[in-house]
Amino acid sequence: MRYIEPHAHMVSRTTDDYERMALAGCEAVCEPAFWAGFDRSSPAGFFDYFSQLTEHEPKRAAKFGLKHFCWLCINSKEAEDVKLAEEVIALIPKFLGRGNVLGIGEIGLNKNSRNELRVLEMQVELAAKFDQLILVHTPHLEDKLKGTKLILDVLKSNKRIKPERVIIDHVEEHTVEMVLDCGMWAGMTLYPETKCTPARAIDILETYGAEKIWMNSACDWGVSDPLAVPKTALEMKKRGHLANAIEKIIFSNPKKFLRQSPNFKLGS
Amino acid sequence: MTKQQVLDLYFLDARHKLIEIAAFLDRAERATGKEDFRLKNFRAALTKLDGTKKNRAKNILLAFSDPTTKPIGKATSKGAVGAYSKIK
Repeated sequence: MRYIEPHAHMVSRTTDDYERMALAGCEAVCEPAFWAGFDRSSPAGFFDYFSQLTEHEPKRAAKFGLKHFCWLCINSKEAEDVKLAEEVIALIPKFLGRGNVLGIGEIGLNKNSRNELRVLEMQVELAAKFDQLILVHTPHLEDKLKGTKLILDVLKSNKRIKPERVIIDHVEEHTVEMVLDCGMWAGMTLYPETKCTPARAIDILETYGAEKIWMNSACDWGVSDPLAVPKTALEMKKRGHLANAIEKIIFSNPKKFLRQSPNFKLGS
Repeated sequence: MTKQQVLDLYFLDARHKLIEIAAFLDRAERATGKEDFRLKNFRAALTKLDGTKKNRAKNILLAFSDPTTKPIGKATSKGAVGAYSKIK
């Protein structure tokens, strides 16, 4: 079965993972910019990271027949240093013309602080100015509910942001409805312990419908599974979902959203 | 799915997780020292399993969530612990 992995941090994964994803039917992988697990000491570190995402990683993916796309931003975990964030944001327009860039992401909040909010607003403005798609990270665990509400307020208050061009990622049972009610897309992240399990993700699909939802592994350097999407597709099959309903979630829906970027092309 | 299919597919897994929760509570009770807000949150969340009310998963997530609405002054850590405490 073919699928698109719409959120994976492949710079943290091995080539074996690329091979396993390709064998499982993955046709394209989309990589949002994120926190490296440590704070980078200067904008130059981000320049190198953005170069890695736009030059090196597509070549690594291509060795396994996979298309590689990316999103650019400074992550909310590094947003307390507003001066650094401003310098990094100033770098981003230089990279937006590169062929695999889909938009601004994963922006959002982490601990819901004032500086995180300020940097989020700056990056939403950047996306509006350059007419970019937006991919949003919502906070972890106890911070998710409040953070999701704050993020939606920021996005709704910028009148140049079209909701159908925004995906709010890492939704769970307590946040999915408010995202869909705003007309935005919702992403479900399949993690072994935090976020959604395959069973809960399918519960959400069965409860809220499958119109503007996708699922992703968000695999990175932490506990995560790069094959979480095809494994959840298998779980859908066990629960009696038909092949076309499964394909809609794991292939057609991400394709529909991502095609709003002129750079998202799957080829033949 | 029918109720029978749900039970066939998920009962053993749910049973296993329920026993793990019971064992966790026993383990925490046996342990020495003081407990913190996480266990209090956990016990409060368990009450959401009771009765016939729907949306149990959503209500448990809400029970662990920060209910405030204003941004905090400054992030002093990067991680989340899974439960909300007024005093951090």
